[in-house]
Formats: sequence, C-alpha cells, structure tokens
Amino acid sequence: MNYLSRRNRIILREMVTTDFKVRYQGSALGYLWSLLRPLLLFAVLYVVFVYIFKLNKGVPHYGAYLLLGIVLWTFFMETTVIGMSSVVSKGDLIRKISIPRYLVVVSGSISALINLGFNLLVVLFFAIVNGVEPSISWILIIPIIIELFIFSLAVAFILSAFYVKFRDVVFIWEVAIQVGFYATPILYSLSLVPVQYRAWVFLNPLAQIIQDARYSLITNQTIVSWNTTKFRYAVIPIIIVFIVSVFSLIYFRKQSKNFAENI
Amino acid sequence: MDNHVAISVINLHKEFVLPQHKITTIKQAFVNIGKKNAKSKQNVLNGINFQINKGDFFGIVGKNGSGKSTLLKILAGVYSATSGGVERNGELTPFIELGVGFNPELSGRDNVFLNAALLGFSRSETALLYDEIVEFSELKDSMDKKLKNYSSGMQVRLAFAIAVKAKNDILIFDEVLAVGDEAFQAKCLDVFEKYKAAKQTVVLVTHSMETVRRFCNKAMLLDKGEILEIGDPTKVSRKYSKLNDIEIDKMIKDELDASDSARFLEAEITDKNNNKCHKFSSGDTIRINVSWKGLDPLMLESIGINIFKRTGEHITGLNTRDSFKEGWKEKERLSLDVDLEITDGRYYLLIEAFQEPGKVIDAIYEGPDFDIDSRDTEHIKWSGLVDLPHKWSDIE
Repeated sequence: MNYLSRRNRIILREMVTTDFKVRYQGSALGYLWSLLRPLLLFAVLYVVFVYIFKLNKGVPHYGAYLLLGIVLWTFFMETTVIGMSSVVSKGDLIRKISIPRYLVVVSGSISALINLGFNLLVVLFFAIVNGVEPSISWILIIPIIIELFIFSLAVAFILSAFYVKFRDVVFIWEVAIQVGFYATPILYSLSLVPVQYRAWVFLNPLAQIIQDARYSLITNQTIVSWNTTKFRYAVIPIIIVFIVSVFSLIYFRKQSKNFAENI
Repeated sequence: MDNHVAISVINLHKEFVLPQHKITTIKQAFVNIGKKNAKSKQNVLNGINFQINKGDFFGIVGKNGSGKSTLLKILAGVYSATSGGVERNGELTPFIELGVGFNPELSGRDNVFLNAALLGFSRSETALLYDEIVEFSELKDSMDKKLKNYSSGMQVRLAFAIAVKAKNDILIFDEVLAVGDEAFQAKCLDVFEKYKAAKQTVVLVTHSMETVRRFCNKAMLLDKGEILEIGDPTKVSRKYSKLNDIEIDKMIKDELDASDSARFLEAEITDKNNNKCHKFSSGDTIRINVSWKGLDPLMLESIGINIFKRTGEHITGLNTRDSFKEGWKEKERLSLDVDLEITDGRYYLLIEAFQEPGKVIDAIYEGPDFDIDSRDTEHIKWSGLVDLPHKWSDIE
C-alpha cells in the first residue's frame, strides 16, 4: 500500500485543518492558546523552581533550558493523549469508510507537530534574549525532533489500539504522564542526580531527547547520554525508540483490522 | 481475474466473536485471567461466492440480519474477512451512510470540503464543483450556517449533493433511499437512472423491490449468510417477497413452500388505449391487466387490486367478488379500468389472489407503480387524497 498516496494526503490535510478549526472555535485568543499553554506552565514552574527551590544554580540559561524541556514534553503529551483516543473518537469514519486507520492517529500528531514548530520559535527567541549565542549546533535539533516525533507517534499507535480494547488506558496514561514529567529531567538538571544513577535515567528515550536538544540549542554543558556513559551504552535509548516503533507498527497493523468491529 | 470483472468474492466467511461478557477494563482482564471467557461465535456470512461485472447495477437484498450490510462493509474494506476474500478491479467508493465525517461545529461550506476530501477530492477540485453542489442541494442561503443548525433533511440533501459528485470505478450504496422525503427519493432515482445509462458499476443494498427491478441487471438475495438466489432481478425480488410473505402471513406458508409455481400472478398497467404508461393526470383512466397461469380455477376465489399511495395511504381496494361477472377464472386474465380521481403523487398496486375470503394464495406486494401529475392540465387539485364526485349549489 502506498502510505502517502494522493488520496491519503488529501484526507490527512483535511483532518488536520478540521481539528484546528474545531479546537479553537469560539475562543477569543484562538491559536494563541497553543503557545500560551506551555508558556503559562513555564511561568509558574520558573517562579517556583528559581525563587523557591533554586534549582537554577549551576545551570546556564535556566529559563530557556526549562522552557525547551516543557515544550518538548508538551509535544509528547499532546501526541500521545490525542493519539490515544483518536481511533475511538473517529470511530464514525472508521466504521463507515475505508480510510487507512493510521491516518487518524497521524492527523493528531501533525497538529501537535505544528504547535511544536511555533513553540520552538518562541524557545529560540527566549534563548537569544536569555543570552544564548546562535550556533551551528542548532541544526542538530532537526534529527532530535524527528526522533521525538517517531517515538511519540509509536507510543500513540500502541495506546490508540489498546484503548479500543481497554478503556482504562486513559486513566493509566494520565498517571504515567504525571510520573514521567518528574522522572524525566525537565525541571531539574541531571547534575542533581547522583552520578551512579545518571546512566539509568537515559533508559527513558525522552530524557535522552530532551538533554540532546538542550545540548544542541542552549548549552554544551548539558549532561547527555554520550558524555555520561560509554558510547555503546549511549545508543540504548535510540535502540529502545527503534524497538518501540517496530512493535507499534506490527501491533497497530494487526489490531487495526478489527477496529471497525470493536469500537 | 478477468478484465471485465469488477468484484469477485471467493468463499467469503465472516464470523463475529461475541464474548458473553465483553472485557473492556483492565480490572476485568485481570480478574478473568485463567478463566475461559465464554465466547459465542456468530456466523454472519457462510462461504459466499459471486462476481460483479463491470457495468453491472448489482442489487443485494435480504431481510434484516441476513448479512447484507456486513457483506457491503467487507466489500468496502471496512471489515476484514474471517476467511476467503474479495478481489477487486479498480477503486471503490462506499456510501455506507451519507455525510460521513460531517462535523456539526463547522459551516456547511467547510463540511462540503471535508466530506469531499474523504471521497478523494482535493481542495481545488472541490472548489470547482462547489457551485454545482450548492445548487443541487438547494441550500444556497445556509452554507455559512453551522451544520448543527441544519435540519436532518438539509444535512441529507447536502450530503447527497456531494455524494453524486463521487466518481470512481465502483460505487456502493447502503439503503440510501431509506432517508429523506419523497422529493429526495425522486432525486436519488434520477441519479441511479444516470448511473445506469452511463454503465457505472454500482452495488446497491435496498429493501425496495421496485428499485431492484427498475435499475438492477443482476441481483442477489441473502438469507442467514447464504445466497438464496442470484441472477435475474425479477426472480430475486419474487423470492424475497416470498420470504417476507412467510414472515407476514404464516397461514399461507404451506402453499408457498409447496412449489415455486405458487407464484403465478403478473400485472402491468396501460392507458385506456392499451399503451404502456406510467404517468397519468388526475381524472385519466388506468387499465390494469392481471394474468396468471397454471392455476386450477377451483382454487381461485377472487382477485383483489389495491391502490396505495407511496406515502403509505391505502386509496382503494377493489375485488372481483364484489362486482364481476362469472366465468372469468378460466380465461386466466382480466383487466380493470379505474378512473383516477386522485390527487398528484406516486402510487403503486398491491395485487392479491384469494383461495377463499381472507386466504391469500399469491400476491404482488410491490406491484407496478405510476405517477399522477396534473401540473399541465386544468384538472389540478392539490389537497387531500381523492377527488370525490361533487356538485356545488345555492341554498334554496
């Protein structure tokens, strides 16, 4: 099957624009909310962790550092949460026309990806204001975003297929997102984690992704997987992303045959 | 697969697994670990084989629960087959329902583009068709309103206006005629007429035997997941009527089961000059010719002819026993002239043969139909059902 056939592209485009139109309909600020949400969260966390917990010590450009983490995490959260319910919420389409099932999951992630693009512009602006020097290493953000996109989409595929069968995935994932937010170095610098545990943090691909992004965009003092442990261990997060992706495709393909009956 | 074949269905099986107790939460899944969840399997299609050729107008009929909608969904690629398969020459557009993907929060205009995209039209292609779609739907003034403010009739009209633009090798319709009012149904039939003339390959699921006989060149009767009859639409629609007769009237079951020759009535309608005619003005005379074959005159007590309006009203019921001379039974045909003092609309005939009063031995439940259209005559009458003989006078 041709995954990006003309017909599929037309449908994908229309689903994404519909999502946008419907989501911001009737709200005065409209699309601005997509930018404001991470910024407001950032403002609160910044105040709490800079002025109360003083986590910013020893982290250059902590503001931009924190904001970048939040923006990347927000993308992961949006893609997985929206993706998870996408198959069920678009059940009407799935039961009545033969659109490829993966399209409904992908359409949610495209919206999130567009948000991420705008959010990253804000981050860059903020970083420059914060005194970060533009550098050639900024280009590295592109493969990092690709990795993030693939991983988030893979998780969304698994969750969406699972959700068709077990509706309590929603609640479990809500908790998992909460735990993940604190288990991933978003608020804090990895330098606060005892040295012997640092390598383990990178078993979480999001930790590797966020730290790499910070390294390329904000400061090369960021602790990343490949300066924490030997190189052959440092590829483990990428292998995990690969395994999860392959599994998600196989699982989703197998399950999607029966979506129309099971929704 | 031969090049002239559009769809080939080979030994198609479909079973639905219905757990007695559907597990939808993880707690239930844990609790049920190790226990065998009693599952009942329901066979919806039991090894079906048939072919649809290019250019066929193929009708699928059957009672509710016969598996026809499941079959359609498998053809459309919505369900997957349990075993066996479907081979296709060419692309297919299914209309399991009109207006799939309509979003109530968007304007009529946006929904046109959304729905058209699902049918494979890009934005620029839809923009070219947009004016025609709006005109066909007769909703010009409502296109900027949100869809949730449309009446259901308006939604159907809009959806249908988009659907008729769909161009593909094979089109599939499921009970499209069941929705909408009479004007909408007339439009639908016009579109089918065009498809038929253009040799478009169409697969149609319907309950209307009239539609099957009028459009289909091939039809199939499904019952309990098996093909009961396939081929000639008239034969298929008869068998279907027979199947339903059994449902309707257990009394006549024995006669019907006895042999296929229990089906013997034929009917056609003409004007008073014996020309085939399906369109009359109010006040015209219609001639209804009924014939039958191979029936012992002793078995036949009377023939009844009923006129129904399409909207369901029973206009009149006329029976030979009330007013016909003796000796007609042996001739194996009779005709009835009726003055159509009835108002404009579409009508159909229901013809029954009785063995004794109240005992039907054969019937044509959806007989020939005709239109009354007096718009071009002076004889126009708009309200009510019938034009009763009447006279106005002064009070003396």
